[in-house]
Formats: sequence, C-alpha cells, structure tokens
Amino acid sequence: MPSDSTASLPFPSQRAMQVKPLVILAVLALVAVALFLTLGVPAGAWEFALSFRAGKLAGLILVAFAIATSTQLFHAATRNQILTPSIMGFDALYLMIQTSLVFGMGAMATLDIDPMVKFASEVLVMMGFSTALFLWLFTARSRDLHLLVLVGIIFGTLFRSLSNFISRMIDPNEFVVVQGAMFARFNAVNIDLLWISIGLTALTLPVLWHMRHQFDVLALGRETAIGLGLRYRRVMFAAFGMIGLLVSVSTALVGPVTFFGLLVVHLAYRILPGARFAPTLLASSLIAIITLVGGQAIYEHVLGLQGTLSVVIDALGGITFLYLLLKGVRR
Amino acid sequence: MIEISHVSHQIAGASILNDVSLTIPRGGITALIGPNGAGKSTLLSLIARLTPLQGGQITVDGADVTTTPTDALARRLSILRQDNSVAARLTVADLVGFGRYPHHKGRPSPEDHAYVEQALEMMGLHPLSGRFLDELSGGQRQRAFVAMVLAQDTDYVLLDEPLNNLDMKHARQMMERLKEAARVSGKSFVIVVHDINFAAAYADLIVALKDGRLHSLGTPEEIVNRPCLRDVFELDIAVETVGGHPFALHQIAPEPLVES
Repeated sequence: MPSDSTASLPFPSQRAMQVKPLVILAVLALVAVALFLTLGVPAGAWEFALSFRAGKLAGLILVAFAIATSTQLFHAATRNQILTPSIMGFDALYLMIQTSLVFGMGAMATLDIDPMVKFASEVLVMMGFSTALFLWLFTARSRDLHLLVLVGIIFGTLFRSLSNFISRMIDPNEFVVVQGAMFARFNAVNIDLLWISIGLTALTLPVLWHMRHQFDVLALGRETAIGLGLRYRRVMFAAFGMIGLLVSVSTALVGPVTFFGLLVVHLAYRILPGARFAPTLLASSLIAIITLVGGQAIYEHVLGLQGTLSVVIDALGGITFLYLLLKGVRR
Repeated sequence: MIEISHVSHQIAGASILNDVSLTIPRGGITALIGPNGAGKSTLLSLIARLTPLQGGQITVDGADVTTTPTDALARRLSILRQDNSVAARLTVADLVGFGRYPHHKGRPSPEDHAYVEQALEMMGLHPLSGRFLDELSGGQRQRAFVAMVLAQDTDYVLLDEPLNNLDMKHARQMMERLKEAARVSGKSFVIVVHDINFAAAYADLIVALKDGRLHSLGTPEEIVNRPCLRDVFELDIAVETVGGHPFALHQIAPEPLVES
C-alpha cells in the first residue's frame, strides 16, 4: 500500500523519513521470499519445488498480512498497544466455533460440505460472534487496561477450555478433523483453504484503503473521534468485522500464534514512530512477511528443522509482551 | 445559539442533570460555573453528543444534536474534554492537524495547513510542534489539545476546563486569545472554569449550575457577588472590584458580614 496518507503531515520531511525504512523493509521481504523459494532446491527438481513452495509462500504471506492487520486494527479500536486479538482469545473463539460445528453436525457431515462453504460459514459466524462480543466489551466508556488484560485472559481460557471440552465429547475419529486446526504449523499451510482465504482477505483491502484515515481518527479515542465527526459505531463495527475475518483466515491456515502480532506491530511502531495507520500497516505487514517467510526458509532449508518456528516466534513475542507490561506502555 | 430544553440525565441511577433549560447566545464567552458534581461536564458532553441524550432536547443553531449527522455537527461545534490522552504516538503538529479532519476527511489542502499553523501560533506551540505528546508537560499537552479544537474552526467551541495545568502566564494568555477570537470572528466559546475570577474577568455570560439544576444566569456582576456565590458554592466569599471586574477572594475566609 502506498503511503500517501502521510501527505496530511504538516511537515513533508516526515514523509520522506518514512519512505527509506519502508523501502529497506520491502527489499528485505523480497530477499526472504527469494530465499524461501530457492534455498536447498535439489538439481532437477526446480519445477516441482517452485510450484510446491509457491503455494506455501502465498499462505505465509496471507497469514503475515492477516495477523499484522488484525493486530493493528485492534490497537486502533481499543486504544491500547498491549492487547492483541490472539491475547484476547480471538483464535480460541474460532477453534471453539469449529469444534462446535464438528460436534453439532458430526465429522462426516462436516467433511461432506464443500470446504469452501464450510470455511465461509465459519468465518461468518466468527465475524458475528466476535463483533458482538468485543463491541459490547469496548464501546462502554473508558475501560481500565488491566481489567481488559484480565478479561482477555479469562475469555481466552474460557474459549480454549470450551473447545477442549467439546472435543472430548466427540468421537475420537471425528476429533482428527478438528485437531489439525489446533496447533500452529507454518510448514504445513492448509492449501485447500488458500484460494478462499485469498478471496476473503482481498475483500478487506478496499475497505482498509477507504477507511485508513478514519482508523487514524479512531485511534484518538471515542470522545475525540466523535468530536471530530467520526461515525464511531460504524467504524468500530467495520474494524471488528475485519478483525474477525482476518483472525479466522490466519487461524484456519496455520493455527493460533499468540504473540506474533504483538511482535511485528511493535517493531513497526518503533521503526516508524508517529506514522499514520496506512504506512504503519505497510511496515508491520512487511516485517511479518520477513519474519515468517525468512524464518521459515532458514528453519526448513538451512537448519533442517520442522515446525518449531512458531515456538521461537511466540517466545520472542512473549518476551515483548512482558517487557511492554513491565514498562507500563502508554495506553 | 445553543438551546437546551428540559434536559435530564442519570448515570447509574444517580441524577446528574435535572430538567435543565437554558439558552446560550451566539458570540462571546459563556462560562459554566458550579461546585464539583454540579453537572457541568455532563452538560457539555450532552451538547457535543458525546453522551446520548436521555431526556430533553438540545439544538445548535436549530440543528438537533441527536439527529444531525455527526460529521456535519463537527464542522459547527467542537469540544475539548477534561481528561485528554491519546494512545497513539503523535506529534503536536499531527494532533492539531486532526482538528481539520471534519473539513478534509483525510486529504488536507493548503488552507487546512494554514488553519493548523494559526492554531499552533495562537497557543504558542510553534517551538514544540515536532515534539511527541508523551514528551510534553501537562500544561503543554493541554495547550496542544486546545489548539486542535481551535483548528477545527467551528462557530461553537466547548472547552471543559481549558486552563487545567496551565501556569499563570499561559492561563491568562489563553483567556485573552479566546476573548479576541470571539470578538474578531464572532465565535462562541462555552467554558467550564474553576477559577471564578477568570469567569468574572472574561465571560460575557455566566451560567451557574448546582446539584444538576440551573441555579442562575447573568452577567459577571450579577453572579459574582457574595450572596450569589454563597448560595452556589455554600462558601462565604468576599468580592471586591478590581479593574472594573468583580474579583472573588475565595482563597481566604472573609471578615464576617455585619448584618445591618
């Protein structure tokens, strides 16, 4: 996304200051993509390797964008920079919806449905549910951040426990259907869902672009935003709808990653201090791509390890989270 | 003018405003005074549609605040609240720039920049314009928020304790500049002030609220006098005349009045 919204800065020099880091990030992202596609491809297997890896690459980029965007939207909508959708249990909510579906209809029936239809309906339920829940939580007048952290942890635990509980009641054979979704695995992106995920995520792009200035105003807080004539409820609705969609997409593709969003978005805040929504989003998405694609390339093809990237990322993100909490980050 | 008719408001069962009706004229400075909890801030929030009306009606130049589209209202009326904080990391110039949002919706013109410059100038913020808000003192931040509201360039400007955290110099400067803006451009300022002497010296009209009701309304001379203040604040305050304005000596207990 080009960063023309920075034109609204009174000092054009700030815009110039933002271009350089963004170009560097874009170059790094391209390097990560190139590494991912080409590292360790055995001679003669290029065609197979490229087509195989391209699918995974598309999935990883999609997940990177979805997590960065949903986290940043969440920060703007809730006026805090510590909580993220994953910390608040959004991904657990998605898993709970999925488990309930399998439980309610039986795995056979679930498998019989066109995966596209199934996924689309899951996303819809998720959007409705999360929008209702979090609008209720966040539209009330100023909430204490510590209370929200607490509520988030309770919600996350509640959703995880509920989906565990339901999965215990379903037939072990049917459980296999659900199990795949429960753990983050970047090395096995769910290719079946890729196309519909790309389609759904693409839906958010025009909305994000159209509303980018409104999200800047939204981040000023409810009262200031209304004072500036923002249609607050409508913008909150759009933000939480998109958060629900993007979390569903990333959870469906690779499973829950708790602290990844926090990590990349805070790096973006550091790299572009004081920048508007659009350039920051570009930066955080690029950082997410560098981390995920580059990290996966190194893990898979250099170190020959499998599926532990999420642990490393969550460990780093968790440390960031603790650091921010201890530092008492600006609300 | 702002017409408030039969406005009542409750928060969690407690009555904050009780059947308040009053008309705030167009132009000049109107000061809202009253003890803590009199409902001053709530009244401002209701006028500025930050809090939905529970009962009664408020119109701004004939436009009902509940039904008028919020972005249209934002070009007519602006508000500064009492507690201002932003989560996002913003520079002073950025924050003041947001004051133009109702006019440009994200695409500022040179004219918008001119308004921002003017507001920065008016609040003496030019040396600080590139600083981040979290690097400022409380008083400097307060001036930045006032500048944002002024950049919005609305006919009506509601300010909830604009003098909060300001030192003497900046407090006086701000009141002088608001007075000047009211005189030159015909703007209307509605201000909640705690220092009664600022109200007495600068306001054209003083509105006294007490226990959620309109207590009295009048010129500084009509409101800032010993009996009226005693009634509003339940405090005996001696009032002198200084430079043609009533001046309340509220810091010290007065000599008891000799009843004659």
